[in-house]
Amino acid sequence: MGMRRRSGTFVLQVNPILCDGFGHCAELAPELVKTDEWGYPIIVNEPVPLANVAAYESARYAERGCPRQALHIQRFSEKKPH
Amino acid sequence: MIAPGALPRLLHAASDRPLTLSQHESAFGASTLSNSLLEELEASGLTGRGGAGFPTAQKARLIREQRGHSKFMVVNAMEGEPASHKDQALLSANPHLVLDGAEYLASIIGANNIAICVARDNPTVVNHLERALHERSRRSLRGPRLELHTPPWRYVAGEESALIHWLDDNESLPQYRPRRPHILRIGHSPALVDNAETCANVGLIGRYGASWYRTLGTTENPGSTLVSVTGAVERPTVIEIELGTTLRSILHTAAADPDPAAVLLGGYGGTWLHARHLDTPYNNAALKNLGVATGAGVIVVVPKGACGVVETQRVVRWMANESARQCGPCAFGLPALAEDLTHIAHASRDAEVAYQRLVERCGVIEGRGACRHPDGVIRFIRTALEAFETDFSTHTHGTACAGSRATRHFANVPSLEREDELIWE
Repeated sequence: MGMRRRSGTFVLQVNPILCDGFGHCAELAPELVKTDEWGYPIIVNEPVPLANVAAYESARYAERGCPRQALHIQRFSEKKPH
Repeated sequence: MIAPGALPRLLHAASDRPLTLSQHESAFGASTLSNSLLEELEASGLTGRGGAGFPTAQKARLIREQRGHSKFMVVNAMEGEPASHKDQALLSANPHLVLDGAEYLASIIGANNIAICVARDNPTVVNHLERALHERSRRSLRGPRLELHTPPWRYVAGEESALIHWLDDNESLPQYRPRRPHILRIGHSPALVDNAETCANVGLIGRYGASWYRTLGTTENPGSTLVSVTGAVERPTVIEIELGTTLRSILHTAAADPDPAAVLLGGYGGTWLHARHLDTPYNNAALKNLGVATGAGVIVVVPKGACGVVETQRVVRWMANESARQCGPCAFGLPALAEDLTHIAHASRDAEVAYQRLVERCGVIEGRGACRHPDGVIRFIRTALEAFETDFSTHTHGTACAGSRATRHFANVPSLEREDELIWE
């Protein structure tokens, strides 16, 4: 992938309709995802800086590891906050 | 022409039969399309009457700016709230005013199709609309095509994305919209969804202009609105009031209990308001300070002596069953909330634990559904905890209050045909 831009933030988002509560995301990205008592993910709401490489890497693992493909990473650039 | 500042507007010239097209035109004047409709709509400051209270002109402009050869104007008269009867009252009084408004909005956004959506479980309104559409089809062939659609009645079927999903794909299920504002589409065509009462207001603004419209109401919330008053009233009524009338005078007009314990505003996804706030003006600008909104124009009056816990529990149980069961937090969370409330209502031994768990679960579930159905239920529960504080504390301390043994309930829910329709039990 070459050089990745380290400025800006990202949020891991879940499509709650697709999600069936497999719980892979909570294992792959424990710093971003907790599960509720029924096994569905509770994801941190605040945007995480892309400079936090460990968090971004685990978000990518979670996104790719989701059996229902319900996760996606929403990136925000510095200039235009959401 | 209706005199400026006169009421009723929306229910003007209403009788027990809906107005025919010729009666409607002689009562309201002929409908004419002008090019400055959107400017008039913006100047009028009309907000949506379906619940969210979003400015109608802003929404119309958003769809107008979308590309696309064909666009849809969707009139939402589904009326999912069981306590709301305003769309039914409006369409039984004057369906043509709603259709006029829909035609104005269609001309603003450039739509050549208008879909009117009414629940099929309401055959009276379907009949009235069929007749009205037939009268219009004989009048002229020009203008957008009007079509009647009858989805099945469910609480979430009236949610706008569920309605579009029905028109698009015959499935009344809400859709996932990660980014807002989200343009809803039927096929590839952008669609504008507006409540039937909003359309009727547009029908008035298009005829008489924004300055006429502003002769009623306040600067922030102009115009008049329909409210359905149920609960502790002599008979459930739909009345038209000026926005900014105090709640107490609305209750007086509707011949409701003048000294209630609390009122429910906005419907079953709405908010409870303690009776000490009854002198607040009925509009969103004033109610916002209390954390309350007018919502879909429902007022349910709960008298002193009724048990707030039981009222809340019955509604939440029904709302949990009305979940579309697409999202886990809603499909599992709402039944769990209903179960906690049942423990509290029975004042069983673990009522206090159930209360703690209820508050915790409300925080966990909030904002995690594709639509706002779970959020509405949580708002409903949270405001109930405030408005019925004494009832809840009696119940959590192990004694069911006297009102909870009463057989009459005020926040009515449609009866479930069989108890085992509750899927989680």
